[in-house]
Amino acid sequence: MSNEKELILEAKHVTRRFPASNNRVLTACNDINLKMYKGKTLGLVGESGCGKSTFMRFLVSLDTPTEGEIIYRGKDITKLKGEELRQNRQNIQMVFQDPGASFNPKMKIRDIICEPLLNFKRIKKSEKDAVARKYLEMVDLPGDFADRYPHNMSGGQRQRIAIARAIALEPEIIVMDEATCALDVSVQKTIIELIVDLQKKKNISIGFIAHDLGLIQSFAHQIAVMYLGNIVEVLPGEAIGEAKHPYTQALLGAIFDINMDFSKKIESIESEAPSPLDVPPGCPFQDRCEHCMEICRKQRALLTDLGPEHQVACHLYQMGMTPASSGGE
Amino acid sequence: MLEIKDVTISYKNVPTVKHFSLNLGKGQICSIVGESGSGKTTVIRAVLGLLAGGGKVTDGDILFEGKSLLGNTSEQWRKLRGTDISMIFQDSGAMMNPTKKVGAAFVEYIRTHENISKKAAWNKGVEMLEKMRLPSGDNIMRSYPFQLSGGMRQRVGIAMGMTYQPKLLLADEPTSALDVTTQAQIVRQMMELRDEYGTSIIVVTHNLGVAAYMSDYIVVMKMGQTEDEGDREHMLHQSVNPYTKKLLDAVPSVGGVRYVE
Repeated sequence: MSNEKELILEAKHVTRRFPASNNRVLTACNDINLKMYKGKTLGLVGESGCGKSTFMRFLVSLDTPTEGEIIYRGKDITKLKGEELRQNRQNIQMVFQDPGASFNPKMKIRDIICEPLLNFKRIKKSEKDAVARKYLEMVDLPGDFADRYPHNMSGGQRQRIAIARAIALEPEIIVMDEATCALDVSVQKTIIELIVDLQKKKNISIGFIAHDLGLIQSFAHQIAVMYLGNIVEVLPGEAIGEAKHPYTQALLGAIFDINMDFSKKIESIESEAPSPLDVPPGCPFQDRCEHCMEICRKQRALLTDLGPEHQVACHLYQMGMTPASSGGE
Repeated sequence: MLEIKDVTISYKNVPTVKHFSLNLGKGQICSIVGESGSGKTTVIRAVLGLLAGGGKVTDGDILFEGKSLLGNTSEQWRKLRGTDISMIFQDSGAMMNPTKKVGAAFVEYIRTHENISKKAAWNKGVEMLEKMRLPSGDNIMRSYPFQLSGGMRQRVGIAMGMTYQPKLLLADEPTSALDVTTQAQIVRQMMELRDEYGTSIIVVTHNLGVAAYMSDYIVVMKMGQTEDEGDREHMLHQSVNPYTKKLLDAVPSVGGVRYVE
């Protein structure tokens, strides 16, 4: 199945450590191996502070990993510098969580959308008006919005502008960091529909960060679940019901679904995630896991193949299976 | 217990909420659902007499245990707020003074309502925090709000709100800023409050999934008016209101709509 898909970006053994006070080290991302495919969506799910944004920031070169490489078009983008780095930014764009904070409040929408195009000399100044209209219509907004300021618009409309700005450069990859979590559920739905529609038209790969598995499974081709800097499970979007890792199951159990059985108590892990500064040795999830065994306290489970495109890092599923050669081709 | 009778609320003479009515009995949980700007927060702020920016109830009446709240003097409000009626905000962290430790704020809050020593107030605070399943309440009392996670801050907010076992708890988007796992914990905790103390709760949320799970009664608001109302069964299955259907449709559901193959 994976042969049909065109590999576009690959992260290999990406690790990021931040120095903390008292000579401690905070490992935000620990040996992450992920692949993105052309025209497909990779959903990255986890609680706040699990390192999902840290990882996605590497893709847009806003930060560089301590170890590991990210291969895009045959090059390690974490090592790019100067003009080469600048040129590469055209290919990977980002949409941020809070559309209110990601625009210059003194710029008109027209300038916001056209700024990246002018930066890379793709258009002339005289073309600005036409181009802004074109992209506004692409995100289903009236062309007159070009004359507005960000504060004259609702959150959903602003998020559409952010998407317009990101697609203006015709990037191959767009990274969306909780792009809908500041919005109402009804608006969230229309934004997701827009994203899916644009993806189909333009064959864009999307890296989408979220904490809601219910949302992400509705449009991601591939879902990676992250916990305290580690990828604990990777599975195809349509197979979310077959999630195996206890953490993924806990996330699923915590979703308020209108089709759920209301007589049942909502299940959720009671405790909070431990501080990423003192992750216990062994499995990071051990203290919140119902199935914790002795081996989980000592040894970290590696990602193991369970089926095509389904990998899980849990000792429960490793009996009699060989650990997957992590990341290598 | 709480009766909102045909209330119209205006900001600067522009009516924002029109002819809103709601009856809430003891131990009931009611959700007000709607999109941003539909006036749902305005309603619960009016109940607490905390309308922002010159808002006024221009028509109708709000009765709490048979007495009208609208003519309350500030002295009467002070007695009511925090003891009989409490509120939890969307981000309890933003409600707390960032330069004060949680304990200092908590002790001040308790001593405003009750004439007890600092030590006793501190212990009462710790006890409330631990009731909210916050581990080592003493530690939390010694922390600044920014040192706590969003879920912990929200629980501190609930602990403060529940100190005097209010008869009515108003919650304004109590889980919108939280992770799904934390959201589930907070929702469960609020339902336990009802079971344990018989607290009546009004929850404002835009998530129909949360509303359907916890409430006995749901009101859908749109443009300042009640668009649809009823119990869970009505909302989820019987309602023919197109707006309710649209909102229901927007809740992402595992095994529901998928936009891609």
